[in-house]
Amino acid sequence: MKNRWNRGVRVLGVSACLALVLAACGDGSIDKATDENKEAQAECGGDGELNLAVNPWVGMAADAYVVGTLADQELGCKVNYKELKEDVAWQEFKGGGVDVVIEDWGHPALEDQYFAEKGDGSAEDFGPTGNIGIIGWYVPPWLAEEHPDILEYENLNKYADKFKTSESGGKGQFLGADPSYKQFDEAIIANLDLDFKVVFSGGEAASISAFKKAEKNKEWMIGYFYDPQWLLAEIPVKKVALPEYTDGCQDDPAKVACDYPETELKKIVSTSWSGDGGAMVDLVKSFSWTNEDQNLVAKYIADDKMTPEDAAKKWIADNPDKVDAWLGR
Amino acid sequence: MSLGRIPRWAWALVVVGLWVVVWALTKGTDTLALPGREHTDLHNELTGWRNDLIAGRDDNALMQFTGQIADAALKSVDWLQRMLSRPNYPRPVPEIGWLGLLGIIMWISHAVAGWKYAVLNGAIMFIAAVMGLWADTVDTLIVTLLAVICAVIIGMPIAVLIGTSDWANRIIGIVLDLMQTMPTFVYLIPVVLFFGTGAPAAIVATLIYALPPLIRVAGFGIRQVSPTAIEATDSMGQRAWQRLFKVQLPMARRTIIVGLNQTTLAALAMAVIASYVNGPGLGRPVVDALEIADVGRGLVPGAMLVLLAIMLDRTTTAASERSELLARSGGGNRRHRWGSLAVGLVAVGVMIQMSRVYSWAATYPSTGWSSDLADGINKVASWVFSTFGDLTGAFKDLVTYGLLNPMQSVLAESPWFVSGAAILLLALVVGGFRTTATTATVTAWTVLCLTGIWYLDLWHDAMISLNMVLVATLLTMILAVIFGVWMARRPRVDLMIRPLLDMGQTIPPFVYLVPVFYLFDQTRFTAIFAAIVYAAPVAIKLVADGVRGVPETTLEAGRSAGSTAWQEITKVQLPMASRSLVLAANQGLLYVLSMVVIGGMVGAGALGYDVVLGFSRFEEWGKGLAGGLSIVLLGIMLDRIFRAAAVTGSSTPVRRRTRRPARAEEESNDRVEPLAVTG
Repeated sequence: MKNRWNRGVRVLGVSACLALVLAACGDGSIDKATDENKEAQAECGGDGELNLAVNPWVGMAADAYVVGTLADQELGCKVNYKELKEDVAWQEFKGGGVDVVIEDWGHPALEDQYFAEKGDGSAEDFGPTGNIGIIGWYVPPWLAEEHPDILEYENLNKYADKFKTSESGGKGQFLGADPSYKQFDEAIIANLDLDFKVVFSGGEAASISAFKKAEKNKEWMIGYFYDPQWLLAEIPVKKVALPEYTDGCQDDPAKVACDYPETELKKIVSTSWSGDGGAMVDLVKSFSWTNEDQNLVAKYIADDKMTPEDAAKKWIADNPDKVDAWLGR
Repeated sequence: MSLGRIPRWAWALVVVGLWVVVWALTKGTDTLALPGREHTDLHNELTGWRNDLIAGRDDNALMQFTGQIADAALKSVDWLQRMLSRPNYPRPVPEIGWLGLLGIIMWISHAVAGWKYAVLNGAIMFIAAVMGLWADTVDTLIVTLLAVICAVIIGMPIAVLIGTSDWANRIIGIVLDLMQTMPTFVYLIPVVLFFGTGAPAAIVATLIYALPPLIRVAGFGIRQVSPTAIEATDSMGQRAWQRLFKVQLPMARRTIIVGLNQTTLAALAMAVIASYVNGPGLGRPVVDALEIADVGRGLVPGAMLVLLAIMLDRTTTAASERSELLARSGGGNRRHRWGSLAVGLVAVGVMIQMSRVYSWAATYPSTGWSSDLADGINKVASWVFSTFGDLTGAFKDLVTYGLLNPMQSVLAESPWFVSGAAILLLALVVGGFRTTATTATVTAWTVLCLTGIWYLDLWHDAMISLNMVLVATLLTMILAVIFGVWMARRPRVDLMIRPLLDMGQTIPPFVYLVPVFYLFDQTRFTAIFAAIVYAAPVAIKLVADGVRGVPETTLEAGRSAGSTAWQEITKVQLPMASRSLVLAANQGLLYVLSMVVIGGMVGAGALGYDVVLGFSRFEEWGKGLAGGLSIVLLGIMLDRIFRAAAVTGSSTPVRRRTRRPARAEEESNDRVEPLAVTG
């Protein structure tokens, strides 16, 4: 018995020595990287952390990861991506859980609650992203080509039968979008006396695959879609003209009978974060790009299956001029 | 009371026939339909109430308090992440890299469950590292672990309470029912309001879902402690606390651990939903894949979640058996055990140290295998979609036009008072007239729930959802009877199918949402199909167990009288297993009901869409809450009707949505009395 104890102690001793030896011969790469990060962090500003909300569409991920990757690589910030719905993201401004919502399509109710004019002042408008949002009713290209008159809403009823599905209750099916998005399609259909029924797709991916399938199999379909969106580069879906947007025609949701306005997408930030200033605040302030830029990065992610980080890095490497302008170089 | 000589199904036909006649005359009037993006004053009031809460959050004592709890949870998760899974900035890697944590996990598994489990768990965690899922996997483990710890701290006292007091059992039972039928998305909204987002919200939401199994099972265990043992020790003059700690808890130990095991698995099942509030873990890649409709990239992390479930399930089960064994046999080879653990400890120390200094041991070098595997899965999937797409589409149309649309038309397009009255009559036909008490119960609950749904202003949506739930349950039961009987009669079939059923129960529904969606487009049938995948395993298992429980002597008697296999199934096995059939239908129904919200994400509309909408759009919050409450009311109503149909007199709660329904069923079966024979 004693013998076994001794052996145990010996094994322990040898192992402990081994551990020490191994510890001593580390290659030092981790320590080096730690020091570099420490130096870089000072440049970032604020508390050195940037909390970016990522709402559930790929285009927004493109914006967020390009800004985030720059903040990380060039300014040394620690970047946290928060995958949240818009509603929750705004709620988190005050507690510091979210600093920046990089792409906002217009949320009057949220602005009332959180902007200084009517609400608690935890959020502010930080200027446009350069993207113009064009929401509307779209049909697949083959349909627009074979029946060009379908691009006028007046002619939709003529074809309503063709759009019937198992879900549309005897009317034509109009494919609505992700619940997060601003949508008045039910009201538009009712107020323009169109023989259609809205069926909600549930998410961006569902709408995209529906348009893809419709184009491939030459199926009849019409639905809510928008630009900037990476799919447009692959399948140029065609917009159906609704009665033109005029100021105030969408004020009463039940009475809407007009097209969606062109929306200047904007950045919304936490006031306590922007108040601190620093390099990352300047970066977000000066960030601005085109619909084509965003569509390209979004396509890298959704179609080419790159990780958002890799997609952002690729675009940054290909566009040094724009990046330098944002960084004030 | 009885219905006389006419069988119940004939009465049901009479009611449905009348309903159809009235529907034909009145359809389309007073349906209370509300367009998808409109809300009522009641919904606005609820939204306004939430807005006031947010506006006053700085002065609200309760929110301050929950905020502090959330802060503490956030700090501890953050600390654990910096230690184990995420870079401890400015350090580019966590304090303990994958190799070190792998060692720790293997050592703990060895210590509590034995070396076999050390190897199994080591292999599973190594797969996580190789597949590039290490950080997410560890995050999931951290959240699950913290949620289970909280569940024990909160749940055990409550379990003791319901184990020792009858009135507490009754009242808390209702609360637990509510916690388990409420769709997760509904309480995600208030949880975010009080606990913010990220890990704290994930833990709280997980806790709400995972707490009930522990309380129920542990309370049941304490209740089951033999009264003679208590009397014997009471007679020696023990105090109440002595009785609890020296008799009741030790004697209920095995059952308590079963409850703990179920709670752990339920916590893991919440991993995906928690990522909707930015909860860390494997749910994130699953949801990201859903967003870009990528089958493979969802399936890989989904499979990792299944492996984690296997790891936690097997290890906790083995640990409980082993501790039992150690407690009984005394020391055993204790010195040997401690010796090997000490050597192991040194090895773990070496591994930790290595993972701190070598970058290959800190983060596993990226292999790209995960991506290759996902691409491979996608290739197979797209072949399946293009080959069988037409076939599945035709099947979808058959069910939709043949069953779903006609039923929906009668349910949802009748005036609300007609549908309501018809539902009440059907409820009485199915569940009433057994005793005065059941008739009163069924009437009271049905009227109460229907009134609630009517009050919440979503009647039309509720009827559409109810229709989908009924169709899905019907299809689930058809599958359950076919496969259940087949499995019970052929042990080899059972052996082959059971692992598939286990997998169907552990894999998160979000993972198969994408492929199901490709097969059936954005339709109600997509939601129904996903619900069947989720609910069928439980129902099949229950039916199989019930049919197998028919005594061999009864079968022999039939065979000697020359009955064919078909006669044996329809005249002996199914009638004698009718209790299991009703239980299977009830469980299947509740599983289906829990999928209503997920259906709203793939285009099924109705209440599911309302809840998702409320979760997504600031101004629709009240409508989402109303939708969620309507789902709860539908669930309670259907559950009460089924219970009345299954039992007479007793109102034993049927345990549900636990990860081990077969085991739960054994327990509840003892207390469910046989179906009253009709006619």
